Amino acid sequence: MTKNPKQIGSKQPSHPLDDLIRTDRIPHIWCPGCGIGTVFSSCLTAIKATEIPYNEFTMVSGIGCSARGAGYIKLDSFHTTHGRAIPFASGIKMAKPDLNVIVFSGDGDLFAIGGNHFIHAARRNMDITVICVNNLNYGMTGGQVAATTPSRAKTTTTPFGNPDSPFNLPLLAYASGASYVARWTILHVRDLTNAINEAIRKKGFSFIEVLAPCPINYGRRNKEKSLDTMKLYQEKTIIKNGADPGRADIDFERGVILGTFVDTDRSTCDDMYEVTCRQCSED
Amino acid sequence: MKSAVQTGSHYITGDVACAEGAIAAGCRFFGAYPITPATEIAEHMAERLPDVGGTFIQMEDEIAAIASILGASWTGTKTMTATSGPGFSLMMENLGLGVCTETPCVIVNVQRTGPSTGLPTQTGQGDMMQARWGSHGDYELIAIAPSSPQDCFYHTILAFNLSEKYRVPVLVMADEIVGHMSEKVIIPDAKEIQLIERPKPKGRKDRFKLYEPGPNGVAPMPAIGDGYNVHVTGLTHDERGYPAMTVEAQEEMMTRIKGKIRDNLDDIVHTEEYMMDDADIVIVSYGISVRTGLTAVDEARKLGYKAGLLRLITVWPFPEQMIHDIAARVKGLITVEINLGQVHYEVERCAKGQASTHLVGSAGGKIIHPDKVVSLIKEVFQP
Ligand SMILES: Cc1ncc(C[n+]2csc(CCOP(=O)(O)OP(=O)(O)O)c2C)c(N)n1
Ligand code: SF4
Ligand SMILES: [Mg+2]
Repeated sequence: MTKNPKQIGSKQPSHPLDDLIRTDRIPHIWCPGCGIGTVFSSCLTAIKATEIPYNEFTMVSGIGCSARGAGYIKLDSFHTTHGRAIPFASGIKMAKPDLNVIVFSGDGDLFAIGGNHFIHAARRNMDITVICVNNLNYGMTGGQVAATTPSRAKTTTTPFGNPDSPFNLPLLAYASGASYVARWTILHVRDLTNAINEAIRKKGFSFIEVLAPCPINYGRRNKEKSLDTMKLYQEKTIIKNGADPGRADIDFERGVILGTFVDTDRSTCDDMYEVTCRQCSED
Repeated sequence: MKSAVQTGSHYITGDVACAEGAIAAGCRFFGAYPITPATEIAEHMAERLPDVGGTFIQMEDEIAAIASILGASWTGTKTMTATSGPGFSLMMENLGLGVCTETPCVIVNVQRTGPSTGLPTQTGQGDMMQARWGSHGDYELIAIAPSSPQDCFYHTILAFNLSEKYRVPVLVMADEIVGHMSEKVIIPDAKEIQLIERPKPKGRKDRFKLYEPGPNGVAPMPAIGDGYNVHVTGLTHDERGYPAMTVEAQEEMMTRIKGKIRDNLDDIVHTEEYMMDDADIVIVSYGISVRTGLTAVDEARKLGYKAGLLRLITVWPFPEQMIHDIAARVKGLITVEINLGQVHYEVERCAKGQASTHLVGSAGGKIIHPDKVVSLIKEVFQP
């Protein structure tokens, strides 16, 4: 395995993360004020901080604004189909277990169309890291209701307000069997970066929900400017590691819990396959 | 570890022969979801793959199954899934991802009768057009139709070889009878089995372009971790693999992914002939229906007809030129297939009115009796 490129001499990159960015694909598509870029750069910083060689990583995304992440990272990266990043990533992981596989995608992608894959990958304790940019709606398609949209919120397909209830994602991840579950916002960059770093190094299914504004499609319809969203993230959140995921629903009036909800150890899918199937079949 | 190639004479089902063919071809990752009549392939792979250092995973549905084999393929592993009609339908979107990203993999469809849940344990050949056009957009792929358990073994190897060589998903379009029947299957020595591996990139990594075609139109394919930092997307992309949202990029990409198949038809298209030398009535068939056709030829010959059979081993890409040329020299073409007309219309299209074209089809559920073909011959033709 090769070493990560050193930043020396005339080839010194202009940004500390340039060695992980496809600079030839910039400008990116994300709108001004969008939160995805912050999650993305936290992810790159965390990858770098692990000091694991880059060619031992791969990133897989589904479809959506958040899912464009895979297109900007300078790693072997896969932009797949809507909702299917997790099973694509699972195939990679099971075929080559020594890779660090990161899924970077949106809330709609991972929890509506891809929800079934999420719970099964968590159940199996597939040793991958899933980062969900939760902007409470379908940004890419113009702001429709998602499985994470708060009750009563306005979107293009809930013009009178959302009649449905959203998922509590940390609770869903916990109940499905995830080994590591955390939630942060893009205001908490340092905590978020540390959490991604921890999640990458964690053996087992790791899930990080990141609250991020979509000012263009969600904010606008709910009279919330990016700065207002950031204010909510600052004033209406409670950092509490080890909190009960059952209390992790997103209610900015009561206060939204951030932190690490779950950090346990359980045999991973590939380890169990080795022990249960490969070693037994040799008898 | 047990041997990947179970050399010897076996009495096994087509499903098991297909699984053994896959393992002999080097398949080391199999992801699937159970469905009759393809389940036995999964069951056999579950038992055999750990033996040879491979991985079996039963995914949560067929969408996940095909997604998993596409992902696994990019680790440099040969991968397969197996399903039947309903599962095949669920795979369609990601089949297109496989075509667009040029990801080698093999998808077995042990066909049963549809539409919908249909006749779950009875045979059919009604998914042939879905195999060709089921995913959205325009594309080319390869589909192979085995007629016996022995074929299931060899044709699965052929499927892997073509898939690796042309970086395209290859479909093995079996059916319930071929999948479930037991017959003698000879598995040769490993050294007698010729395997093809996907082209690998050489040269400077910083100059590498993911979709820069080699001499046969196929681009070399690195594996994850090789250090090429590839970006793979189902969006229209340029030679670097980067999204390119222009009509020019679309045209260029389509020309290439269609061209690599269309320009290599001589290598890809496989057919077999029976009594064709002097034939002026030609039965065109594939898969299990070839057996109907073979008996019908013999019966018709007894009655003094100059009947022959063209067997399509690869149904897609369609042997257009060959059908066209045959039509130019014969009286009629009869397509035998267990559906109400799918490949028949392709035959008609390629015959271009030079010979009469006929269908002996059925709504599905059982093999077509040769008598049905013979009576059509008697009705339409003079000996
Ligand atoms: C099968 C399929 N259905 C629908 C779409 C259209 N689509 C593209 S992105 C998207 C939603 C994305 O939402 P999310 O995952 O939350 O990402 P965001 O854009 O908010 O980051 C939808 C519905 C699609 N590409 N594929
Ligand atoms: S639409 Fe929303 S999520 Fe998408 S880039 Fe713009 S602000 Fe971000
Ligand atoms: Mg979203």
